Amino acid sequence: MKIEPGPATFDAIVIGGSWGALEVTLHILEALPASLPVPVFLVLHQRPALDSRLVEILARRSPLTPVSPEDKTGVAPGYLYVAPPGYHMLVNRDLSIALGVYKHVHYSRPSIDETFYSVGHIYGSGATGVILTGANEDGAAGIGYIARRGGTTVAQDPAGAEAPMMPEAALATGRVDYVLPTPELGRFLRDRIVGMRTS
Amino acid sequence: MEQEPEITNDDVAIEDIEIDLLLEAIFQRYGYDFRSYTKASIRRRIMHRLGLSGMDNVTRMTECVLRDREFFVSLLNDLTVNVTDMFRDPEFYLAFRREVVPLLKTFPFLKIWHAGCATGEEIYSMAILLEEEGLYDRSIIYATDIDKNVLASAKKGIYPISSMRQFSENYRAAGGTGSLSDYYTAKYDGAILDQRLKRNIVFADHDLVTDQVFGEMNVILCRNVLIYFDRELQQRVFRLFFDSLDMGGVLCLGTKETLRYSGLEEAFEAIDERLRIFRKRQFSPRESR
Repeated sequence: MKIEPGPATFDAIVIGGSWGALEVTLHILEALPASLPVPVFLVLHQRPALDSRLVEILARRSPLTPVSPEDKTGVAPGYLYVAPPGYHMLVNRDLSIALGVYKHVHYSRPSIDETFYSVGHIYGSGATGVILTGANEDGAAGIGYIARRGGTTVAQDPAGAEAPMMPEAALATGRVDYVLPTPELGRFLRDRIVGMRTS
Repeated sequence: MEQEPEITNDDVAIEDIEIDLLLEAIFQRYGYDFRSYTKASIRRRIMHRLGLSGMDNVTRMTECVLRDREFFVSLLNDLTVNVTDMFRDPEFYLAFRREVVPLLKTFPFLKIWHAGCATGEEIYSMAILLEEEGLYDRSIIYATDIDKNVLASAKKGIYPISSMRQFSENYRAAGGTGSLSDYYTAKYDGAILDQRLKRNIVFADHDLVTDQVFGEMNVILCRNVLIYFDRELQQRVFRLFFDSLDMGGVLCLGTKETLRYSGLEEAFEAIDERLRIFRKRQFSPRESR
């Protein structure tokens, strides 16, 4: 284990997924306390549309407050920042959200890689990246970057994934610390983060 | 597989300095000022170009930018983000048609400024909308962008035929009264827009960072440009828009952009809050600064 215990270690969680990832995300979120001491960034591939119902769906089941951020929305613990369809979502050094409509990455905007790179850049060893089910290789480069920054990397076990390609691509980087089945993902994040904070 | 080395906080801090130096070099050498752009996005664009270039680090890129204009032009194209569609966010155009057009019909003459028009798709979208609403013959659209190269392609008005299916869908969702194919001719892989649409468009290069007021506009469209600016620069540009708008003039922003940090929130009222269409108040409290 390369994470050191202490209050400054876990600073942000970033979750990325595609095909089948909404259900898994809801399982994870339901395991997290509303008082989670870190922010969570979420990138799910969606069809581009002005109005995303995703935030509504998440609000029904997530103890964290989901937010579809605007330009320069501030980042705070206990909130879930959901990448808006059609925009890449990044984090500025002053902990505000930056959105971009530049080119698709892996045919995707939002792209998981873009958000993972940015979270890895800003949070360094305090970043925890989680790659879920998906039929695309987006996120693999990003999780490699989070690992190189000393962050923690997690992938959903491809064996139980609706679309194994995304977690498999993440595993192929050789930089994933933990491979977990769906029911354990949320518990794992909760125990580690709350455990880290109280120890 | 050989594992890539760790990237420490020092490495990242050095890289951030290198990026600042690159932006300074671009400004001094070519006059394009990206120094007040949002760091998170400009960093991703630069790192993307670095990855493609095969160079070791941003400092190598800076050397190359200083001496190789062609390399600079490719980087410029990354930094200015020229990604757009015809009738992008169709709901916006629908709202413009329903809520802004009736207002514009009361004006004898219309001056419209589209700031940051990139390759022009949205300019022609507006021209088509105004044409269908019977307003185009009394309108002038000023189409500006910082990047002369994209302005040249905006002027051509030729788009890949492969984009037209999406653009047509957008056009219909935007309340188009005909068919988008009424406005273009297909030739080889290109869709050439009807030359008549250009009759009231004036193209000009204009940098929101360094250039001045564009007088007495009835409508300013600046969608998904301000998201790349830091707060201070945003405030300056909002001031520039405020000063360039006629009383009662309409300001259209991108759907994730907000007046909240503009310092001018009270000087505007919302026509459509959700789609970010605002109107400069008739008697603005900020008028006498």
